[in-house]
Amino acid sequence: MSIELGHFALILAFAIATISTIGGYAFWRSGNRIALVLSQGAILQFILVAVAFAALIQAFVTSDFSLLLAVNNSHSLKPLIFKISGVWGNHEGSMVLWITILVAFGAMVAAFGRRLPSDLLTLVLATQSLLTAAFAGFTLFTSNPFARVFPAPLEGKDLNPILQDIGLAIHPPLLYAGYVGFSICFSFAIAALISGRIDQAWARWVRPWTMLSWTFLTLGIAMGSYWAYYELGWGGWWFWDPVENASFMPWLAGTALLHSALVMEKRNALKIWTVFLSIITFSLSLLGTFLVRSGILTSVHTFASDPTRGMVILSLLALVIGGAFFLFALRAASLRQGGLFAPVSREGALILNNLFLATAVGAVLVGTLYPLVLDALVGTTISVGAPFFNLTFGALMAPLLLVLPFGPMLAWKRADIVSAAQRLIGAAALAVFLAILISALGGVSISLAPIGLLLGFWVAFGAIAELVERSRLGRIPLGESMRRLIGLPRTAWSTAIAHFGIGVTVLGIVATTAWETELVTTLNPGESAELSGYTVKFDSFDQVPGPNYIADEGRFTIVAPGGSTRKTIADRRTYVASGIPTTEAAIETYGFSQVYLQLGEPLENTHVVRIWHKPYITLIWLGTILMALAGVLSLTDRKQRIGAPRRAARPVAEPAE
Amino acid sequence: MTMPAAVRKKGWSRKQKRLAIIAGLGVVLALATTLVLVALRDQIVFFYSPSEIVSRQVPVGQAIRLGGIVKEDSWVRTGETNDFVVTDGARDVPARFIGILPDLFSEGQGVVAEGSMGVDGLFTASNVLAKHDENYMPKEVVNALKASGEWRPEDAQ
Repeated sequence: MSIELGHFALILAFAIATISTIGGYAFWRSGNRIALVLSQGAILQFILVAVAFAALIQAFVTSDFSLLLAVNNSHSLKPLIFKISGVWGNHEGSMVLWITILVAFGAMVAAFGRRLPSDLLTLVLATQSLLTAAFAGFTLFTSNPFARVFPAPLEGKDLNPILQDIGLAIHPPLLYAGYVGFSICFSFAIAALISGRIDQAWARWVRPWTMLSWTFLTLGIAMGSYWAYYELGWGGWWFWDPVENASFMPWLAGTALLHSALVMEKRNALKIWTVFLSIITFSLSLLGTFLVRSGILTSVHTFASDPTRGMVILSLLALVIGGAFFLFALRAASLRQGGLFAPVSREGALILNNLFLATAVGAVLVGTLYPLVLDALVGTTISVGAPFFNLTFGALMAPLLLVLPFGPMLAWKRADIVSAAQRLIGAAALAVFLAILISALGGVSISLAPIGLLLGFWVAFGAIAELVERSRLGRIPLGESMRRLIGLPRTAWSTAIAHFGIGVTVLGIVATTAWETELVTTLNPGESAELSGYTVKFDSFDQVPGPNYIADEGRFTIVAPGGSTRKTIADRRTYVASGIPTTEAAIETYGFSQVYLQLGEPLENTHVVRIWHKPYITLIWLGTILMALAGVLSLTDRKQRIGAPRRAARPVAEPAE
Repeated sequence: MTMPAAVRKKGWSRKQKRLAIIAGLGVVLALATTLVLVALRDQIVFFYSPSEIVSRQVPVGQAIRLGGIVKEDSWVRTGETNDFVVTDGARDVPARFIGILPDLFSEGQGVVAEGSMGVDGLFTASNVLAKHDENYMPKEVVNALKASGEWRPEDAQ
């Protein structure tokens, strides 16, 4: 019964979204009343889709195997958390999650956006409704998650064992919140194009949404990377696989958007570019969600792939993205351009940031789609792998990282590069010193390692230098400096922390790439192996039953260089329902470094064991967590509240709408 | 990437500023395009089926991807060394991989391996690509099987 209720709720949400779209676009000039109707419509859509989503979750939790989706993706023995996350571990369910997040964002705009001008609010909500209608329609007509099966089987076929992991509970919701959050920026861009009005206030409304989505996306990608790292057992954390690229491109574009919206807010410039970036970022998000799912690109990470719907998905993408760019081409010229400015200035630096990020998006896009194009045109099958991306992306990021610390040091309008450089001398000297020292101690295994270290330290120390500079540390009494530091606007802290996080991530990437060690060996219980000062002792091997699997369990003792010992377990599981094996690596963290153990399939009582030592690898994800924290911090700044910012008590210099 | 010192001079006209910015954009874009083109020429990896490896004389040592089906009864493990045969039904290529193969690697299943051909005709894999899903068949393998007439869709799904 609740299944039908859920199905009906989704149909109703689709209908309301359709009506909101038509009504919104037809009557956007009609003022507050239509805005109010669309706001209520947006909240109603959210409630209805939430009911539909809850119905699916309930069916999975109660193991209702009259629901086809539950039969294909669940099993009564599965732990509760995986029953819930199993809802979105497939195409149909993940569509419902996607739409749930979409309408949640729509409802948030409706709830927080009361201070928005009514025509802007109406157009934004109409565009959100259009997206809801399009994707709810797609779900209902081509991938109905509420299909029943009769007679109902007694047991489900279980979820792909690799997905039975806490990663599935966290990664897709975060990633989708990031992707879908950019729909708000997209809707604001469409609204600006239709109404022809775009100003600094517009940028102030868009920026918190960008920041929120960007924060989710940052965490989503980092979580996905860590999940693949520990679950796939390859010991790698990034493969430049199409699915990864698809999530990385909106992140790069979103990062650019954050910075260009800042220029627009402060200097009333880069308007058309910011609108363009808003459209591009969400388009890339759509591409990220659906292109890999259409079955056109092959990826090792794709689960919810269904080639039969490929054409429908592609048409939908072409319609949304193509329509937006058509509107952009038609209307962009009518938006009033802002002023120009000096190349050496804060806004000049932000443009440089946008230039490199946008070019990097282009390079990644070319590498991701090139095999498709070549296959279609020439019929040659190729793969564009890590070497391509490392070369092009690396070459584009190096100059960006090099100039990054200068950005926050430059003043708006016209800045002095020499004085900025003087204030960064300490950071530069420290970075050079540490890069040389570490390279000398660690040995230069790859020639680019010292440059990478230098860039990582430079960016991290540059961020600290910014805080030092603003608190006038060392030039005024310490207590006074501390007070200044605490009194800094949260956005200043957020900038410094985010940039520091980038430096940390870069350092993690460089350290683990340059100094990782690996050993593949045959090891039997009682024997031990040594790697980078760590002794790994294979204690015992047993077969142990789990809730819905049987595990071949290897118990190990790791003796660290300092003499501390830790016991750990690496196992291989065979899932009862599907017979699919998975490998669960043993990962032990020492400081920022990790020892990673993988157990091979036993062969006549001998065991192959693969051991990695990954120095400072956790810095990669710690850096991303810092970036996300910075995003949250910035959102708590009074000036950056979601929805319409309140007018400051004192009159603002630039006229607000 | 520092800006030319002259830019800081006062008295730049609007037109000059605009030109400076456009020139800057142009330089970066041109460099990026060159970089991408060079990388596309040198850094891409071609995919070969066993038949193509035999017929096309793939240079020894060149990084390639080999895709096909792991031949039945061909997988032999000696310690950490795995020997197996990749086939597309028409031709076979022996392959070797040292390490732990992905969980879903098995005889009769599709496989894509990265590596290079040796003088002795043995393909040394540096990486065997894993699948997440037992139904998943790499598109390249499907195409290779279709080309050799060995494609049976019911096996894959």
